[in-house]
Formats: sequence, structure tokens, C-alpha cells
Amino acid sequence: MYVAVKGGEAAIEKAHRLLADRRRGDRSVPALSLDQIAGQLSLAVDRVMAEGSLYDPELAAMAVRQSRGDLIEAIFLIRAYRTTLPRFGATRPVETGAMRIERRVSATYKDIPGGQLLGPTFDYTHRLIDPDMAGDHPVEPGARRDVSGDVAGDAAYPRVTDILNGEGLIEPDVASDAEPGDLTRDPTGFPAGRDLRLQALARGDEGFLLSLGYSTQRGYGRTHPFVGEVRIGLVDLEIDLPELGFAVAIGAIRVTECQMVSQFKGGGEDGPRFTRGYGLVFGQSERKAMSMSLVDRALRADEFDENRAAPAQDEEFVLSHCDNVEATGFVEHLKLPHYVDFQAELDLLRMLRREHAAASSETARQEAAE
Amino acid sequence: MTTEQQIPDRKRALDAMASMPADILAERYGAIARTAPSAIPVRGPEIGAVMVRGRIGGGGAPFNLGEASVTRATVKLDSGEVGHAIVLGRDLEKARMVAHLDALGQRAEWQPMIETDVVGPALMLDAEARRQRAEETEATRVDFFTLVRGEDR
Repeated sequence: MYVAVKGGEAAIEKAHRLLADRRRGDRSVPALSLDQIAGQLSLAVDRVMAEGSLYDPELAAMAVRQSRGDLIEAIFLIRAYRTTLPRFGATRPVETGAMRIERRVSATYKDIPGGQLLGPTFDYTHRLIDPDMAGDHPVEPGARRDVSGDVAGDAAYPRVTDILNGEGLIEPDVASDAEPGDLTRDPTGFPAGRDLRLQALARGDEGFLLSLGYSTQRGYGRTHPFVGEVRIGLVDLEIDLPELGFAVAIGAIRVTECQMVSQFKGGGEDGPRFTRGYGLVFGQSERKAMSMSLVDRALRADEFDENRAAPAQDEEFVLSHCDNVEATGFVEHLKLPHYVDFQAELDLLRMLRREHAAASSETARQEAAE
Repeated sequence: MTTEQQIPDRKRALDAMASMPADILAERYGAIARTAPSAIPVRGPEIGAVMVRGRIGGGGAPFNLGEASVTRATVKLDSGEVGHAIVLGRDLEKARMVAHLDALGQRAEWQPMIETDVVGPALMLDAEARRQRAEETEATRVDFFTLVRGEDR
């Protein structure tokens, strides 16, 4: 007989009320505004947008506030929200070559055309906690230096990969306008195309990808990488409007792009040349973009006849586990009631122990008789 | 109604208005809407998403990077002109204003005012924002120099 056990509604209601209270904290302290979160915790907001896979800074700030700063919880909220939105279409692929640059560095060429632009980076800080952070001290605006002529465009900041490609030293991009797969619409099958892999990595967990990328550096799927270039900045989004018959700009978003240059391969007609890994992420996150490019390169093992031996090269392993909403759902569901499952395990275990005890006493009786 | 020359003009206006901060647009729109013919909604304004695409390696085949929230609207003037808008973010009023201005912009008597009061200022604001960002970034440029060491003299 199945007996439904009810109860808990009142406790759940009170728990959520207590959550709201704890979330708000000391009422004598002003509540956080969305502007404060989006403006002063902008990299947390960027991470929520990237892994929530929805670019909307205000909404991501709301999610950060609602989740008390638990970013995976915030990402979960954004993912749930995005499923409620009707899809109006797809943008034209963003032109990262025409990015309005906020930071751009190359570890391969000191004198890269367009120059090394450090931008707002944590690099070269001493990682000492600044006592000023305990107060609200005045902060100087960024310095400015005159830019002559055109302030953006392909010519101003050529991609480092295009420079190498000019000499035939690196595998080129293969231009195409093929319709990409979409893992939010179709179940992922294996082997997955590079388009689907990049979509999964772009929304994948930063920590997971960081560790996998690190593992490739330590020898688990070695790729011997150099950062050809990391660039952060704003790109315009354009969408074709069938009603109008032409494409319009809808606004600009911030993205981070990483071109990882890896060990050379090949002896075919093109001769040996560097291979590449690619990372592109919503917001400012070069750690994520770099990790993504390392894992992208590792996952291309088959293309370069590399032995698939390391976790980072195992596409099914990486793609099935890089999503932190799926991962947290499955791990955290373990704390929900499993009373009936566990009762069944207990009954089984008790039966096994009875059998074991019976068998033991039978053995003891026989040994005593002998 | 749409001639060859009008497409670039209309695109230029829609692009500029999408980039304009909503509060400034509302101010400019308010001044025009006081005397301009009103529009009736045809579709929306409604919030949705567009899939943002990148290219593999920056220049290869497209892939889906993630979505962005957008708002779109379509309105119609009594005289028949239909205006469309799609803007980044979740701002129903901004999409409605842009669609209305897009419809008005197709009428010769309103187009110059929209150009002067909305599109021109939007382009200027955008150019100024771009310049400031570019100059701030430029200030962080690394100017390499080499030191002549003693033994090389």
C-alpha cells in the first residue's frame, strides 16, 4: 500500500521567509541597489551572464542579489528565466576584429600592430588587500591619452592570428555561413561539432574549465600553448529584420576573446603550422576565455591525430560535466527526501545481514561438529 | 515607399536610436511626440531573446555564443507608415519610442526633425562615449623602451 506523506508546507513557507530575512540582513544597513551590483560587482555579473547564457546586466544583478551572492544559484535563476523568453532570431556573427578595445595583450609578439593595451587589469597588482577598500575614498577617473584618427576597426587592431596566417604559419579560419547547432534546442549527440562544443564551453562552469585547462598544461593532453592574443571590449550586435529587409544594430555587448596558439602539427600539403584554440565569453573574463581556448584545442585531438588519453580531450566527459546548473541539480538533489529509496536499501541490507548471520552460524556449527 | 536612398537613412537612424540611453531618448522623443501624429501598436512591445553568434576562431563558421534579452515593437501611423524597432535589453518604452520615430521618419515633414533632434545627438553621444573609452584604453598602452647596458657601450 502506498501512503502519501504530507507535511512540510508550513516549514517551507517559514524557511523561505527566513531566507528573505537573511538575504536582506541588518535593516539598518541600506539595501544593495542593482546599479551598485552591476557597477561595482561587475565581474560577478559578467560571470552570471556568461554561464547563465543570457546577456542582460540588470537581470544578472537581480539574480546576484536574490541569490545572496551565490553565483551558481544566480546562474540557475538566469537559465530558468531565459527559457521563458520567446526567441526572436539570431544575430549576425559578432565581428571581434572590429571590437572597441578595452584591453588587448599578446604574449607572442611584443610589437604587435596596434600595441599592447593593458586596460583595467588585475595583472601586476600586488594582491595585497587595500585598506582603502574599508571606506569610500575618492577615486580618480581613468587617465586619457589622445587617439589619433580612427578609434576602432580591423586596421587598428589586427588579430594576431591573421598576422601569423599572412606567413602561412598557422591554421587559418575556414570561413563559412553554415547554420550552427544549438544545444538549447536539440539534444547533444557525440561526436559533437566544434560549433556545439564552443557553445557548451561558452556557458560552461569557469572553475571546471579552469581546472581542465590547467590539466592540459600539466601534461594531461599537452598542447604547449601561447596566448596569441586576449582582447576585451564592446562589439555591436546586428540582426536581420525580415520586416525591413536589412540588418539593424540593436546595441553593443562586452565580450572577451582569446586566441590560443598551440603546438604545430601537420606535414600535409600545407606543411607544419601552429594550431589554435578559441575562447569567446560574454563580459570581461579572460580566465574563462583562456580556459575555454585551452579546452577547445584539447578537444580537437581527432583533427590532429592526437591520442585521446586525458580528460580534457574527452568530448563526452567535458561536455557532459561542464554545465554547473546540470551538475548542481544532480549533486544537490541528493539532499531531497529519499525516504522510500533508502527504506528499500535498508530492507535489502537487513536481509543480507540475516543471511550472512545464518550462514556464519551454520559454518560455526559444522566446524564444531568436525 | 522605400527607395534605395531611404534604406541607409532608415538603418542609420535605427542604429543610432538603439545606441541612445533610454532616458535621453525619452526626453527627445517627448518633445516630438507632443505634436506628431500618434501611432497604434501593431505588435508588442514585447520582450524576448536573440541568439548571439560568434565565429569559430573569430573568422570561421558561426557558433551560438549565448542569448541576449531584447525588446521589439511595431507600430503604425494613421497615414499607414509602419515603424519597427528591436533594441537590446528589456525596455518596453524604449522599443515603442524607437518604432514610433521609425514610422514618423518615413514622413518627409517629420524626418528632418528626427534627424536633428534624435539621430544627430544619438550619433554624437555614441561617438563621444567611444572616444572616451578609446582614450582611457590608450592611456594604458605599453610604450616599450630598451636600456643600453654598460657592457654594450
